[in-house]
Amino acid sequence: MEILNVLAGEAPYLFRGLFITIQLLIGLLGVGLVGGVLLAVAEVYGNRLFSTLAVLIQRGLRAIPALVLLFLSYYAMDLPPLLISIIALGLRSSAYQSQIFRGAIQSIKSGQMMAARSMGMSRLQGIWYVVLPQAVRLAIGPWSNEYASETKDTSLAYVVGVVEIMRRSRYIISYTYGNALLIYGIVALVYFFLTRAGNSLLYWLEDRLWVPGFERRS
Amino acid sequence: MSAFIDFFRLAWEIGPRLLDGTAVTLELTAICITSGFIIGLAVSLGRVYGNKFVYGVTTTFVEMVRGTPLLVQLFIIYYGLPDVGILLNPLLAAGIALGINTSAYQAEYFRGAIQSVSTGQMTAARSIGMSRFGAIKSIILPQALRLAIPSWSNELIYMLKYTSLAFTVGAPELMAKAKIIAARNFRYLEVFIIVAFIYIIIVTGFTKVLDYVEERVKIPGLESGK
Repeated sequence: MEILNVLAGEAPYLFRGLFITIQLLIGLLGVGLVGGVLLAVAEVYGNRLFSTLAVLIQRGLRAIPALVLLFLSYYAMDLPPLLISIIALGLRSSAYQSQIFRGAIQSIKSGQMMAARSMGMSRLQGIWYVVLPQAVRLAIGPWSNEYASETKDTSLAYVVGVVEIMRRSRYIISYTYGNALLIYGIVALVYFFLTRAGNSLLYWLEDRLWVPGFERRS
Repeated sequence: MSAFIDFFRLAWEIGPRLLDGTAVTLELTAICITSGFIIGLAVSLGRVYGNKFVYGVTTTFVEMVRGTPLLVQLFIIYYGLPDVGILLNPLLAAGIALGINTSAYQAEYFRGAIQSVSTGQMTAARSIGMSRFGAIKSIILPQALRLAIPSWSNELIYMLKYTSLAFTVGAPELMAKAKIIAARNFRYLEVFIIVAFIYIIIVTGFTKVLDYVEERVKIPGLESGK
């Protein structure tokens, strides 16, 4: 059972890779969250120029494959690979997240904004204090899908040289001469549990943040 | 201005070779989406109408495929299967990995669509003497497949973009060609900008065609989806 020894020996190395994967994931989801909310607000509340611009950015980012975006950023910017991946995948995620937030914002009744305005709040205040707190709660459900697909797409950062779990498993396979099936099988399970764990956390959060009496995703 | 002209000259020069790669990309997309459609439909029927065993097997399949990255699946098939004596060429490995991957996602879209056809349809079909299978084929699926078109077109576009992963195992599609060309002339950024535009054009084209198809096969008065 030589292979078990190899696995036991390499487990810490692999798990440090998982740590980098998680860093990448949190970074790109953060970039995507900020970008996504901005794009959604621009699309819904912006004037003609801003909303057209937001739609164009969002369409363009969604039409280009993640790998092409990664390579474009890699050759356009002189930054560490991890940062490049966070930017490239984060921008792409912001396009997808903007659609989630746009849907959520549009499902908040327009009376909410009118009420906020009639109390003397500015438009921006109305968006920030009244619409977004409600919209974000509604968005958690669909956002968990985005979380799952971005978790899986962190594996693409491997192509620009981020030494995350995919690349580390590649190294292990090279210097132990084989065992590809077993190692990639384990990596698959790690991703599977990462996706599942995150989704459970988000469901818990959705439950936790729910304001009684307000609408809820069925 | 001269940089602009330079860029277009480059595009003109490498265009034909990139189009070769684009053809492979489109072929790969077509093969995967079709095989994914057939497997996905079977799996979705298994999940909706199957007995406990069939339901268990199909559900595990869908959950496992949707819970793991496509890149890992591709590597398992290309680098992992030789461990048990199955050697595949890159294009075939990519085709199988992408086909299996999309079949799981398509199965979920079809399942949703099948379940949104009201159960009275099945009851009515059975009561006029149709077999279960006949009812699924002639009553449920014609309605469900129409409902599935919008989400299915998203899947097609996802698949088109994900074929770019095939380059990691050396399949000669658009990304692989771009990398080879860029490695020769060192104009990486410009080459990938051209590639991005090619993808944008194809995606826009697909979206238009699928919108037209959806409009075309729509049955007036039958929009239980919304």
